[in-house]
Amino acid sequence: MADDNTDLKDEVAELAPFDPTKKKKKKKVVIQENADESVDSLAEKTESLSVSDGLESSFTGLKKKKKKPVETSLLDEETGDAGEEDLDDHAGEDENGEGADLQQQRFPWDGTDRDYDYEELLGRVFNILRENNPELAGDRRRTVMRPPQVLREGTKKTVFVNFMDLCKTMHRQADHVMAFLLAELGTSGSLDGQQRLVIKGRFAPKNFEGILRRYINEYVICLGCKSPDTILSKENRLFFLRCEKCGSGRSVAPIKAGFVARVGRRNAGT
Amino acid sequence: MSDFDAQTPAAYDPFADANAEDSGAGTKDYVHIRIQQRNGRKSLTTVQGLKKEFSYNKILKDLKKEFCCNGTVVQDPELGQVIQLQGDQRKNVSTFLVQAGIVKKESIKIHGF
Repeated sequence: MADDNTDLKDEVAELAPFDPTKKKKKKKVVIQENADESVDSLAEKTESLSVSDGLESSFTGLKKKKKKPVETSLLDEETGDAGEEDLDDHAGEDENGEGADLQQQRFPWDGTDRDYDYEELLGRVFNILRENNPELAGDRRRTVMRPPQVLREGTKKTVFVNFMDLCKTMHRQADHVMAFLLAELGTSGSLDGQQRLVIKGRFAPKNFEGILRRYINEYVICLGCKSPDTILSKENRLFFLRCEKCGSGRSVAPIKAGFVARVGRRNAGT
Repeated sequence: MSDFDAQTPAAYDPFADANAEDSGAGTKDYVHIRIQQRNGRKSLTTVQGLKKEFSYNKILKDLKKEFCCNGTVVQDPELGQVIQLQGDQRKNVSTFLVQAGIVKKESIKIHGF
């Protein structure tokens, strides 16, 4: 029976999130009674899976661009466990994570006959979404920038080593990023032979992080859908940002260095 | 036709909103607070874009007194008058300007690291 249970557990883990009977009406599904029935219920669920898939994609279509619905029964062999962990975290129950208790307590409403709360259903939708196509559950930043690597050249110059990499991950021209960086730092600098950025002055990596963050907010991130998948183009002397995800566009401010005070020795010649 | 004419308000200015925005906390009149590195660990704070109506010298005097630093008003050929202060006073300047009611918080831009 223990073996049966674990088998069943796997199947339930695969399929329970897509069980439409739970979504529509509170008809309790009794899978854990005998193992023979599991095949039937599995077939029933797989055919109803398309329905729930459609539902899911309509949900995601509201939020972001619609992705192709992933065939879940294939995927869930490995993601099922992770999904369970997520569910458990959300529900805040079932510490041992073993046996029949797990099946019964997957959702807060499992044992009872009450109505579903909005939060519970919302959490469930997000768990399913996270399980199957995690790039759509917009709770984590998809684009992870590597931290800037900064070296000191002598005492007066700073070398930004992975400048080109960061430009590539942001899909921006290096000279645009460089102009912004130099304008913000209020110094001068240039690219050296290995495409590193050499900046006059002493700066910590933390400083670059802040500036790059500001650059991304202003020149990379789409305001409508928060996606960094954008293109910066120049149309008759004005810069425009166009989002590849949602198609929205906006104009961005040109980079201006502003006032730069004169620092250092004056009248060096005379 | 006469009905249609009567319905359209004559004195409606379609650009009223845009103009109002520009004159208020518009896009153009940001106050830029910048920092610039000098030799060693010294630095310089510049305040650019304050309204022309303000007396820069009076503001500067209060800033200097408040932060215990020296400073000056520089005349720039393109940007007009710019306040320069010694040291990294970016946070101080922005809080001061907001508290004194000279600039709104939204229209202050702090540059630098």
